[in-house]
Amino acid sequence: MSYRRRPSPLHAARAAAGVCYCAALAVAALLVSAPLVLGAVALAVVSAGMAAGVGRDLRRAATFALPLAGLVALINALVTREGLTVIWRVGELPVLGHTDITLEATAYGAVLGLRAATLVLCGALYTAAVDPDEVLRLFRRASFRSALAATLATRLVPVLARDARRLSDAQRCRSGPPATRVQLLRATTAGIFDRALDVAAALEVRGYGSARRPPRFTRPYSRHDIAFLGAAAGVAVLALATRVGDLAPFQAYPALHLPVPASEAALAVALFTCALAPFSSRRGIER
Amino acid sequence: MNVLELEDVSYRYPRSREPALKRVHLEVAPGELIVLAGATGSGKSTLLGIACGLVPHFHGGEFTGRAQIAGMDLRDHGPGELATAVGTLFQDPETQVVMGTVRSELAFPLENRGAAPAAVARGVEEAGLALGIDRLLGRDTATLSGGELQRVALGAALVGRPALLVLDEPTSQLDPVAGDELIGTLRRLNEDYDAAILLSEHRLERCLGLADRVIALDGGRVVCDAPPDRFLAWALAEAPELATPGARLLNGVGLRPAAGVKRARRALRERGLLPDPADHAASARRKGRPNPALAFHRVWHEVHEGPVILRSLSVDVAAGEKVALMGRNGAGKSTVLRHAAGLMEPTRGQVTRTGRVALLLQNPNDYLVHDRVAAEAPAAALEAVGLEADLGDRNPRDLSGGEKQRLALATVLGDPSLAPPAVLCLDEPTRGLDRGRKANLAALLRTLTAAVLVATHDPEFVATFADRVVLLGDGAVIADGSPAEVLATGTYFATETARILGGVGGALTPEDGVTLLMHREPAEVTV
Repeated sequence: MSYRRRPSPLHAARAAAGVCYCAALAVAALLVSAPLVLGAVALAVVSAGMAAGVGRDLRRAATFALPLAGLVALINALVTREGLTVIWRVGELPVLGHTDITLEATAYGAVLGLRAATLVLCGALYTAAVDPDEVLRLFRRASFRSALAATLATRLVPVLARDARRLSDAQRCRSGPPATRVQLLRATTAGIFDRALDVAAALEVRGYGSARRPPRFTRPYSRHDIAFLGAAAGVAVLALATRVGDLAPFQAYPALHLPVPASEAALAVALFTCALAPFSSRRGIER
Repeated sequence: MNVLELEDVSYRYPRSREPALKRVHLEVAPGELIVLAGATGSGKSTLLGIACGLVPHFHGGEFTGRAQIAGMDLRDHGPGELATAVGTLFQDPETQVVMGTVRSELAFPLENRGAAPAAVARGVEEAGLALGIDRLLGRDTATLSGGELQRVALGAALVGRPALLVLDEPTSQLDPVAGDELIGTLRRLNEDYDAAILLSEHRLERCLGLADRVIALDGGRVVCDAPPDRFLAWALAEAPELATPGARLLNGVGLRPAAGVKRARRALRERGLLPDPADHAASARRKGRPNPALAFHRVWHEVHEGPVILRSLSVDVAAGEKVALMGRNGAGKSTVLRHAAGLMEPTRGQVTRTGRVALLLQNPNDYLVHDRVAAEAPAAALEAVGLEADLGDRNPRDLSGGEKQRLALATVLGDPSLAPPAVLCLDEPTRGLDRGRKANLAALLRTLTAAVLVATHDPEFVATFADRVVLLGDGAVIADGSPAEVLATGTYFATETARILGGVGGALTPEDGVTLLMHREPAEVTV
C-alpha cells in the first residue's frame, strides 16, 4: 500500500488539505460513539476511498482492520463485567475467572472495534491519497530531517515489499532443501541494510547533507483545496458539536438502550454528506 | 580553473588491505568528456566516488593526497557541499530515486540548497525539457520504466547546472535503445551546458565516439590517459579486453583503430574494404520442432487491471540449444523466464517442460543465504561453474560480482549428477560484468549440456554464446533466427562489427569480420 497519483479530487488537493481531511475523519471517529453516527463516519471513509480510486488499498487495509475490530469486540465482551443482559454463561475461564457475556459488553465492544477499524482505514486513506513528498515540504520548515526520515520510511515499505518478492522468487529457484527462516531473515536484513545505504548515498549526492531551511512555498488555492479544507472543518465541527452538545448519546451500560432519534439520523447524514461533498467536483483532477 | 584536480591520491576502503587507488594524478578541464575504462575492481567507481565526495566522507577509509573539486578541497567539503558543483548518477536507477513524483525528484536538490520557489519551478521545467521528460513531471516515480527512471535521475543530477557530471555505468541496466538515447543526451548536454563529464562504462563501443579523453585504470593506477584513438591503439597492445570490437576489426585487417562506427566505416571505405550493403543475411522465422525441452503454446499474460505482457507467445527451445531472448525494457523477457520456471502461470495458453527448469534472476545476492560458500551449493555444482575449492570457507557476500554470480548459478543448477536441469534460464546475467567476465560466462554456458535461455540486452555477449536469437516486441516474437540473421540486420540490437559492416555476410564478431574482409576482393576506393 503506497501513494500513487490518481485522477481524483482528493489527489488533486494540496497535501495540507488531504492531511486535514483524513485527520478530521479520524477525530470524528474518536469523538462520536453512537453506532449510527460512527457507522456513518466509517461509511464516509470507505466511500471517500472509493471516490478517490483507492478502494483496493482500503480493501487491503480492511483485511487487517476487520480482524482487529473483531478481536477488540471479543476482548471487551470477555473482560467487561458490566451489563445486565446475559447472553452466554461461559463459566470459569483461566485467568478471567467466572465469565458471563453480556449484550451490553458485546455491543460496546463492537463500537470500539468499529472505531479501531475506522481509524485504520483513515490511515490507509491518508497513505494512499496524500502525496508524501508534499507532506515533507509541509513539515520541512519545522523539522526537515524528521520529516524526510518519515517520508523515506513510508517510501521504503513498497521498495522492501518488492525486494521481499524478489528474494522469495529466488529462493523458489534454488535447488535442494529450502533455506530456514533464520537464514532468510538474515539475508533479508542484509538486503535492507544494502538498500538503506544506497538510499543514503543517493541523498548525500543530492545535497541532503547540507540542506538549508527552505523558503516558504505558496501557491493559489484550487477548488479542491478549498473543498477538502471546508469538508475537514465541517466534519470536525459536527463531531465536536456532537460530543460537547451530547447530540448523539450512547449508553451501553448498565442496560443497552438504542433509540435512534431523528436528530441522530440527521447528524449521521450530515457527517456523511459533508465528508463526501468535495468529491462532487471532478474538474481539473488530472495532473 | 580545472573542475577536478587529483594530486598523488591514494585511497583504501575500511577493512581492506589493498588500496583501491594508488597515487593517481588527474586533471579535468571544464567541458571535457572523459570515459573511464578498466576491468571490474580497477578503481573506476572509487575515482568517481572521490569526484562526488562519497569517498572518503560516506565510505570512510584512508585517504592521502590532494583532491580539488570545483575549487573545493575534498578534505574540507563533503558530498552535500560538493553537490552544488557535482551531479552524480549511479548504475541502478531504482536505488537513487528518493521522492515519489518526478517533479519532486527534480526539485529535491534545489530545495536542499534553499532555492526560492520560483527558481525551483524554473529549474525543474528546464531540466525536464532538456532531458525530454517534461511529460513525466506529474508521474509517480514508481510507475516509470528503467530508462525513464534513469533519465529522471540524470535530471536530478543536472538540475543544479553542475560543473562536473559523474556517471557510474549509467546504461548498464538499460536496453540498447534507452542506452543509446542516454548517451546521445549526454553528448548534447555536454555541448549545451558545457558541463565536464566523467563517465565509467564497460561497453566502451557505446561512448568512445564522443569522448575527448579515455582514462584506463588497472589495479588502482592510471595506466593510460589519451584521446580515444590512441587509447584503442594502447588497448590493442596492452589490454586487449578493453579494445572495442570495432578496433579489433580494424586491427585485424591492418588498419589503425578508430573510435565509433562512423569513423571505422570510413576507414574501411577508404581502403576499399567496406562490403556491398546489398549482401545482407536473410531474415527468417523459425518453425517449431518435435520434442522441445521447453515450449510456449500461445501463452498470454494479462495483468489484473493492468497491461498485457505476453500476447499469444509461441516459442520453443530444443534440448541443449543456447537461445538469447532480446527486446526493449518491458518487452516481456523476464516474464517469459518466470513462466518457463513456473514462477508465473499463463492467463491463457500453455507452457510445457521436459524436466526441471533452473532460473537465475538478475540479483545473485537474492540466492545467497548461508555463511559459507560451501553451504550454498554441492561441491560438484561449485566445480561445474568453475568456482575454486579454496573459496569454500569464504562468506558469499565477500565474493566479487562475477564469483557471486557463479555461486548463485551453482545454487540453481544443483548437483549435476543428481538432477541436472533440462533448461537453464538467466535474466540479464552480464549486468555490471566487464568484457573478460562476460567471455568467461559465455564459455561456461557453452559447456553446459542443458538448454540455455538468456534474457539480455548485450548483443556482443549474444554473439559469443547463442545458437539462436528470439527478439520480443510488445510481448510477441518479432524475429527468431540465428544470431547472424537477427543481429546482423538490426540497428540497435546489433553488434558493433555488424553495424560497421552493415550486416554483410552475417559477421557479428571482429574475428568473423576479419575473415569476411580478408576473403573478399577489394572494392574500388572512393574517397
